[in-house]
Amino acid sequence: MSRFIVRRLFSMIGVLFAISVLTFLLFNALPNPALRLAGRFASAAQIAHINHQWGFDQPVYIRYLTIMKLVFTGKVISYDQQVNVDHQLLQYLPVTASLAIGAGIIWLSMGILFGVLSAWRAGKWLDRGLTVLALIGVSMPVFFLGALMSYYLGDKWGILPAGGYVKLQDDPAQWFVHMLMPWFALSVLFIGVYSRVLRSTILDTVNDDYVRTARAKGLTERQTMTRHVLRNSLIPIVTLFGLDFAAVIGGGAILTESVFNLHGIGQYAAQSVEALDIPPVLVITLFGAFVVVILGAVTDILYAYLDPRIRL
Amino acid sequence: MSSGARTPSANGYLLDVEDLKVSFRTEDGVVRAVDGVSFGIKPGEVVAIVGESGSGKSVTAMTLMGLTRSPNATFEGRALFDGRDLVTATDEDLRKVRGAGIAMVFQDPMSSLDPVQRIGKQIVEQIRTHDRKISKAQAYDRASELMERVGIPRAQERLRSYPHEFSGGMRQRVMIAMALSNAPTLLIADEPTTALDVTIQAQILDELRQLRTETGAAIILVTHDLGVVADIADRIVVMYAGRVVEQGTLDEIFYDPQHPYTWGLLGSITRIDRDRSQRLPAIPGLPPSLLRPPEGCHFRPRCPHAYDRCTQVPELKARLADAADHLDRCWLEPERKRRLRVVGDQIGLASEEAVIS
Repeated sequence: MSRFIVRRLFSMIGVLFAISVLTFLLFNALPNPALRLAGRFASAAQIAHINHQWGFDQPVYIRYLTIMKLVFTGKVISYDQQVNVDHQLLQYLPVTASLAIGAGIIWLSMGILFGVLSAWRAGKWLDRGLTVLALIGVSMPVFFLGALMSYYLGDKWGILPAGGYVKLQDDPAQWFVHMLMPWFALSVLFIGVYSRVLRSTILDTVNDDYVRTARAKGLTERQTMTRHVLRNSLIPIVTLFGLDFAAVIGGGAILTESVFNLHGIGQYAAQSVEALDIPPVLVITLFGAFVVVILGAVTDILYAYLDPRIRL
Repeated sequence: MSSGARTPSANGYLLDVEDLKVSFRTEDGVVRAVDGVSFGIKPGEVVAIVGESGSGKSVTAMTLMGLTRSPNATFEGRALFDGRDLVTATDEDLRKVRGAGIAMVFQDPMSSLDPVQRIGKQIVEQIRTHDRKISKAQAYDRASELMERVGIPRAQERLRSYPHEFSGGMRQRVMIAMALSNAPTLLIADEPTTALDVTIQAQILDELRQLRTETGAAIILVTHDLGVVADIADRIVVMYAGRVVEQGTLDEIFYDPQHPYTWGLLGSITRIDRDRSQRLPAIPGLPPSLLRPPEGCHFRPRCPHAYDRCTQVPELKARLADAADHLDRCWLEPERKRRLRVVGDQIGLASEEAVIS
């Protein structure tokens, strides 16, 4: 176990390094940011001054080291708004976390529920209905679904607020009401995927020898299903969930955040990319990679716990 | 149906199977996997069901446990156990018999245990399903005793192991311990040694033999290996293409076999006194498709001694004057059989193609 953690820490450092270099180099291919910072009518002297002030006249590796140092000391300033990026990120994080955690709970539980129902009634009308629903869920773009929900449930019928975010600590009830639509809009795709994956794993597992053993032992159908079939079928779902959840936390819910006007990390990333603002993009990318690596390690630990054949 | 009341059947059988038929509807048509199987087993007896793959022996065994029940399966006939017909029993009645009165050991011990649960938990699960009053601690004690009894050292500790930490032979011992956990009166072992290597096979057979003497449980041993049977069985049921073709005591089957298929099986056993310069004889041809079985005797297309009468199905009955329980399905005269079955100086199936080259 301790060896596993050490190994993971090393690989995390490697991953973060590679991702930061790659992101930095990609944005480095863009025209000199000093031109944009200086404004349209700047003189050559002004540009040279900005170049020097921000360090754009330094060689690439020095610029990389400088910005990384700033990132890790929490002093990195965005080019566009010239505000501290780490502070910005911390301000956006609760919104994204609210979205990801709530949606995660919903898509995991509904995905499992629909998957089990589908497998239980395989081939019957309930299974077919759920299959069609899953297909719709998977194929429906979140911006379209979100827009529909926001328009009908929000603006037209006024059942739920159409968008925006209320801080949890300010008003928990309002926070909940405001998050409901985004949660479901984000979950639909995952529910579709998870229910299909679980359905097929269950139908595979049902034919395993140890399930026949369980029946031969005199267990009821229900005990066989929960203790042996479901227990074994949920293992791949755990892997899926770890990765998907990390991606959403790390800014992967850009579309949902935009549709419901939630100022989260995804939206922040989108704005920064639009403004060609390297520091926030770099920080968000690193943050995303960090979350994925950490949750990946947690998933692996959980995986080893669920399946004793796996040694860490 | 009265549950629990012990009504021994009139002929003293613990399990009495009568004209059992199992067929499955498939996309290609109806597969008659078991086509009229009858046999009985007395308390404490070891009966071996022998046949090649697809002869219906496993389906017969699984049907007794209700494990072949599915929407596209149909059943006929009776299987009386403890005054209860297993073929028509409700799922709940059958569940109470499974793992308690009748327990089963499967072919592949590598995949027959749940990979993610500790051995102890899996044994205790079976104990507590049938005995609601026993405490968890007591159940674990019993599990540990059972493990010791089937020869697993440091049983107490090993209860906490996972299946993948055991070898194949050890896992099969665990399966046997689990099967014994509710003191069954009948143990069905479906090819229990097939997946194991030869030295382990001998150990497991030894274990089964010992169990029979200690617990008095009857055993149905399903196998394709006559060598295994010779070691342990009291009586043998030979199956071919869904039907019983011959049944009798161990000695009757080995020394006075009446059905040409049995001759073929006996002829293809490796023997230490066989001339090694020759290839091992095999029965020519393949078993028939159970979708469209041949008319009459199912073995007819592969039988070198078949004649016109074989297009009618021979009845399973005693055809020898001095052995009332030695039944077979062959039209040939016993006298003729005695001559036909001798190939070289041993019993076998005479045929020009009998040697694979």
